Amino acid sequence: MLKKEIPVIWLQGAGCTGCSISVLNAVSPKIKNLLLDETVPGKRLSLRFHATIMAGQGEPVIEVLSDTQKQQKGKYVLVVEGAVPTAKKGIYASVGKKGKKHLTILDTVVELGKDALLTIALGTCAAYGGIPAAHPNPTKCKGVKDVFIENKVNTPVINIPGCSAHPDWFIGTIAAILLERTLELDDVLRPKLFFGKLVHENCPRRADFDKGKFAKSPGEEGCLYLVGCKGHYTYADCPLRQWNSGLNWCVKAGSPCMGCVEPGFPDSTSPLYEKIKPEDIEKCISTNTRP
Amino acid sequence: MHKYKYTTIDPITRIEGHLGIEVLIDNGIAKEAHASGTLFRGFEIILQGRDPRDASRLTQRVCGVCPTAHATASALCLDDAFGITDKIPENANFIRSLIFGCNLLQSHILHFYHLAALDYVDATKATGEIHPFTPRYQGDYRLSEDINNQALKHYIMALDIRRKVHEMLTIFGGKMPHNVGIIAGGVTERPTEDKIANFLARLKEIIDFIDNIYIADVLAVARAYGDYFQIGKGCGNFLAYGGFATAGGKLFKSGITSDGQKADSFKQQNITEDVKHSWYRDESSGKNPKQGETKTHPEKETGYSFIKAPRYEGRVYELGPLARTVVSFAQDDGKTKKMLQPILSEFKVGVESLFSVLGRHAARALECKLISENMLQWLNGLEPDGPISCEYEIPQEAQGSGLSEAPRGSLGHWISIKDKKIQRYQIITPTAWNGSPKDDKDQSGPIEQAIIGTKIKDEKNPFEVVRIIRSFDPCLACAVHLINAKGKRLGEFEVV
Repeated sequence: MLKKEIPVIWLQGAGCTGCSISVLNAVSPKIKNLLLDETVPGKRLSLRFHATIMAGQGEPVIEVLSDTQKQQKGKYVLVVEGAVPTAKKGIYASVGKKGKKHLTILDTVVELGKDALLTIALGTCAAYGGIPAAHPNPTKCKGVKDVFIENKVNTPVINIPGCSAHPDWFIGTIAAILLERTLELDDVLRPKLFFGKLVHENCPRRADFDKGKFAKSPGEEGCLYLVGCKGHYTYADCPLRQWNSGLNWCVKAGSPCMGCVEPGFPDSTSPLYEKIKPEDIEKCISTNTRP
Repeated sequence: MHKYKYTTIDPITRIEGHLGIEVLIDNGIAKEAHASGTLFRGFEIILQGRDPRDASRLTQRVCGVCPTAHATASALCLDDAFGITDKIPENANFIRSLIFGCNLLQSHILHFYHLAALDYVDATKATGEIHPFTPRYQGDYRLSEDINNQALKHYIMALDIRRKVHEMLTIFGGKMPHNVGIIAGGVTERPTEDKIANFLARLKEIIDFIDNIYIADVLAVARAYGDYFQIGKGCGNFLAYGGFATAGGKLFKSGITSDGQKADSFKQQNITEDVKHSWYRDESSGKNPKQGETKTHPEKETGYSFIKAPRYEGRVYELGPLARTVVSFAQDDGKTKKMLQPILSEFKVGVESLFSVLGRHAARALECKLISENMLQWLNGLEPDGPISCEYEIPQEAQGSGLSEAPRGSLGHWISIKDKKIQRYQIITPTAWNGSPKDDKDQSGPIEQAIIGTKIKDEKNPFEVVRIIRSFDPCLACAVHLINAKGKRLGEFEVV
């Protein structure tokens, strides 16, 4: 059977490659299946550009970008990992060189974003700016949606935050796209399927919180509220899904949730090992209104 | 008139982060090379004014491939600043080493199979002409059909193995990328009996892969590409800070050597960072990282990279698995000599032939064997009932440094604390050394030196250049490509 291919362009901006590495940790399907096999019945991805994985280098791979844009207009998915530096017209991050000209991430995201079927902002940096956008934001990093708004790009954006993002969140979103399903998003554009409930709601240490049994330092038994857990205002399914094939996750390992999927991470969730303040929650609710 | 040809390869893919290389080729020989990258997302600026404890979480985000290296260097740095280095419980030291060891194995396996291998293995023979295996360089793929097919099977198998190493890490690290287990004062996960058993079962599978597949594949590549023992020598000076505490001292010895026969001791006060050819203000040149500053100047005419140029006693040094191996070898470490012997005798080469593209790949594979075997001992040292952290107070004012051995080489973090907040934080990554531009004395960096003088057989498909670059496993994730504001060409060479 002839498989339908969805072309994917994956750009890396001001990030750490951690979200790519996280996707390599996917189990069902594995990364091999994602690259070579069908992801949903009859349909597969064609990963045309990914700087960490692809065989080629230099100008020939840069041509893949414009070729895909021209030949697959409105049909390809753009994945952005890392924030978009906007200071000095974007000179702080380039994709590579075309002739003598550097292609900035800023220009490339806008240009390829215009003609994409949709854009996935993978990881908190791409979604909201994340760590490179933390105070004082030296390179004026922004998330993809903000860049699209400023440059009048109307292509839909799905945010899959997380530092790093969980591979299941990415693959689930890709599967929905291939199945031509519309994912319901929250008001900061995260799929409710993965980001619909508070960490605190499903936390295995919730009973300790209710009983008033609190850890005094990370690694101790008890609720991690006093040592900085941000699970009270953080929306993610980590307690249920867990990480790395379901083996462990932050709170289970004795570490407070850092709120890494929230739009204000890391500034609004810092200091990471200090108890949350009431105004943090208010701040979070006001930027992040829920139904 | 003499004609030069300037070849630009940008982006260099299948590395961590982004790097551009410009090579000046004259009659088929690389005469000049400029490695252009950056270590600037502004991490050191972002860290100022924050709670010092957050450094071991935030600095991990410098690099998603070797985050635990930063978590470790940062925790050591904080332990030092808090005055608790001697109080870290044995359990915590072992668990830190186990977490970090996993990350090193993952990084090396990923590097050989998924970043470097496609320069030697023709993937399209199995997959056909599909993305992401095309486009690519054409020509110099030398493996026999059988070995090529086997290598491709192992490419796929290694995807599973590296995932499993991350899973093993998660047992004590909580999650990956970006573990939560390593903190100032110790670790957060208790070494319960079930976790020890779980870890051991996984470790044995990984050891089997390293011993029987990874090392064998590196040898198979070496047999087909033997000339790469002579290509990509580089500066020939090697440095290691030392790392991985074990019962008998550090597993990776600390020291410097220039010939692999005699080593001198390493002193961190001899490190300086030059910025003549980096996009930083000149007044910050030549400083020790304790006094280091990060003041950008992207319009600087003499600059061509956002990587500074770290030097030791003013000289250029290579860091990384090869440097660690050579430094240990030079200190008459019986284990290292034994480890290298099979390779040296099979290929009938001396230790100096390891100063090469193939030597770097071999050192990486053999180091995995060394680390994985030591992980068995560290696991054996865990006490389920023992403490995993110590108490401390954040000091009003303090300084600290944390030196360790990351997958790609020696990594240093330096902190100054004032009013219980981070006043200054400096990081020197191994790729800052290896991928550095020229220094104040115009000495080229290690990768640049490894390219200069190389014969390029096919200028349209300069395999030699990319094989040399990737043999260093450069990691510029921290460095996300800053570029010259004016897009100015480098140097005054005539471009054809």
